[in-house]
Amino acid sequence: MAHSAVPVTSRWPGVAAAALVLVLTLGTLGAVAWRAEWGGGLAAADWAAIRFTVLQALLSAFFSVVLAIPVARALARRRFRGRSLLITLLGAPFLLPVIVAVLGLLAIFGRGGIVNEGLEWLGLEPISIFGLHGVVLAHVFFNMPLAVRFILQGWLSIPAERFRLAASLNAPVGRLLEWPMLRAVVPSTFLVIFLICLTSFAVALTMGGGPRATTIELAIYQAVRFDFDLGRAALLACIQFGLCVVAAVLAWRVTGNDPMGSGMDRVVQRWDVARWGADYAIIICAALFLLLPLAMIILRGLPGIFDMPGTIWVAALRSVFVALGSSALCVVMCLALALRGGAMVSVIGVMPLAASGLVVGTGAFLLVFPFTRPSDVALFVTMLVNATLALPFALRSVAPAVGQVQADYGRLAMSLNLSGWSWMRLVVLPRVRRPLGFAAGLAAALSMGDLGVIALFAGQSEETLPLAMYRLMGAYRMDAAASAALLLVALSLALFWICDRGGRADADM
Amino acid sequence: MLTCESLMLQQGSFSLQADIAFAKGKATALIGPSGAGKSTLLAAIAGFLAPVSGRLLWDQGDLSNLPPGKRPVSMLFQDNNLFPHLSAAQNVGLGLRPDLRLSEQQKSKVAAALTDVGLDGFSERKPSALSGGQQSRVALARVLVADRAIVLLDEPFAALGPALKDEMLDLVRSKLIAASKTVIMVTHDPADARRIAEMSALVAEGAVQPPVATNVLLDNPPQELADYLG
Repeated sequence: MAHSAVPVTSRWPGVAAAALVLVLTLGTLGAVAWRAEWGGGLAAADWAAIRFTVLQALLSAFFSVVLAIPVARALARRRFRGRSLLITLLGAPFLLPVIVAVLGLLAIFGRGGIVNEGLEWLGLEPISIFGLHGVVLAHVFFNMPLAVRFILQGWLSIPAERFRLAASLNAPVGRLLEWPMLRAVVPSTFLVIFLICLTSFAVALTMGGGPRATTIELAIYQAVRFDFDLGRAALLACIQFGLCVVAAVLAWRVTGNDPMGSGMDRVVQRWDVARWGADYAIIICAALFLLLPLAMIILRGLPGIFDMPGTIWVAALRSVFVALGSSALCVVMCLALALRGGAMVSVIGVMPLAASGLVVGTGAFLLVFPFTRPSDVALFVTMLVNATLALPFALRSVAPAVGQVQADYGRLAMSLNLSGWSWMRLVVLPRVRRPLGFAAGLAAALSMGDLGVIALFAGQSEETLPLAMYRLMGAYRMDAAASAALLLVALSLALFWICDRGGRADADM
Repeated sequence: MLTCESLMLQQGSFSLQADIAFAKGKATALIGPSGAGKSTLLAAIAGFLAPVSGRLLWDQGDLSNLPPGKRPVSMLFQDNNLFPHLSAAQNVGLGLRPDLRLSEQQKSKVAAALTDVGLDGFSERKPSALSGGQQSRVALARVLVADRAIVLLDEPFAALGPALKDEMLDLVRSKLIAASKTVIMVTHDPADARRIAEMSALVAEGAVQPPVATNVLLDNPPQELADYLG
């Protein structure tokens, strides 16, 4: 009898999680295609949308990663007061509800924004933010911090012992330790961001301009919303799915094995970091780019925060409830899949990235329609869909850590007859606490700010905070909307911070 | 008697044949050049590597189909013998109950084992707060409380200094061999074999030779061993 190299755990949680993901991604797409009335093929405008989608995603991923490497390097090498706070805040743009972040970016780069006022003062032509460069700018704003977090985790995964060894050999740390780490981390980070940008919807809706800057997801929205052409929507969704699958397969192939072994978890001490000026300049620039738009939201939203209607607070409570449920669900699915491991799980884990949020929503609507009124289960379905859509990000941070634990301690645990729940409780959970906390926070915040799914389902009595904020904006109550935006941001970040913090607390055990 | 009956092991293009028996309650050293398959044989006995053919017998019972944790085997690896986030006492406790729900009696057994290996008062320390020798002692204490009949040593002391290594080997002799454990150890160093192993088996050229008395083997080494020892 052959024995696998990892301790035995029940296989059902992983199978159930995988099945759920398949139903929500491929199943919903199938439901939409099933109900569609198939008409003509793709119009010229659809092809333009496909070309634009790929171009903006490539540019966005390229700039995000190139800018993230020096920032991650500076953060990995320096210890200063407020460093951990800054790292948490660098996670903020990615966690921001898209429409709130766009509001902040417009306050800086938009028509009446700070940059254009400065240009006018200098007697120069104002710049327009709408179009390709605006979409790329917004995507870099959202995804550069994500790239920093991924690459920084790569840097921190190099054990302290290796730096010590390199220092004693007087060996170049860059070529010996950092380059192999980057070669393992950067390609997959690039492709993850490329994937995220492929399915971008709200940014293209707000920052794109007309038919020349339309993404596939936006074209799907228009097909469903204005033409109720489910056939074209399903066809576009299939094309988007195909593009994403190609990118995902590439991502899977370039994800090299982590060449670093395990260390004894001591705090990293470095001997190769003499020049500090450049590092701090990079950190300050990155912080300004990312934090100024947030500051603008606070400035505009703060005055009216206590004058908001009571329904906003109720909606906020509902949103927190959905976010916590979605986060718990996401973490459980993520652990179940990570413990199963293997190529199949890697593929299933990134599938939600390829799915169109709008098609998942429409498909889920069609699936539950025969059985119950969609608004009755709106919050539960939202929880489920949000958990699934956050799964790729959660897995990206948790799966390598679980794999490392299995590689380092699998044999020892097996020889001690340590398996099942004991193996989880005593070894896996304590050792993956850090990435697990990060994943839980990410899932909670993403769900908190989600608008797509809930907008398709909810009536007045299932309103979440982002939806309430949208409706305020629709009613031109802009001050109240800005305050709601601030509350939304505060709650999203608080949820993320609590989870992430929980994972880090005395993590240098 | 631990018997490898026509055991055929394969790892990639490497293969090893073993048709030997290890005497019960004695220490046997596996000696031979690097890459000859010493660790491969231990992995098969521990249950990490399924044999292509042949059987592994202990007291006439067939071990071949048992998972590693159900075999009467404790193993110390070259590294990662301790969980860094668990205290010394918890690491030892795993040898008694893998879910660490220890009774008072079991807890005192853990404390006694730590005292036994000279680590009285270290029970709450995490491995990173222990020296290399102390970490090895914790791992040995776990083997003591687990109290399984066969103990496999895959060079767990290779990273220690000579004096410390000898100290650990003496502990193995006084705690494990004296308690009639069947100890099988991998070593590069003939001095290690002479120090604690009554029998030695040469592993070379894809096969495991039958164990002979250590002094006999080392005083009149066959050609392969003589080449290796230099």
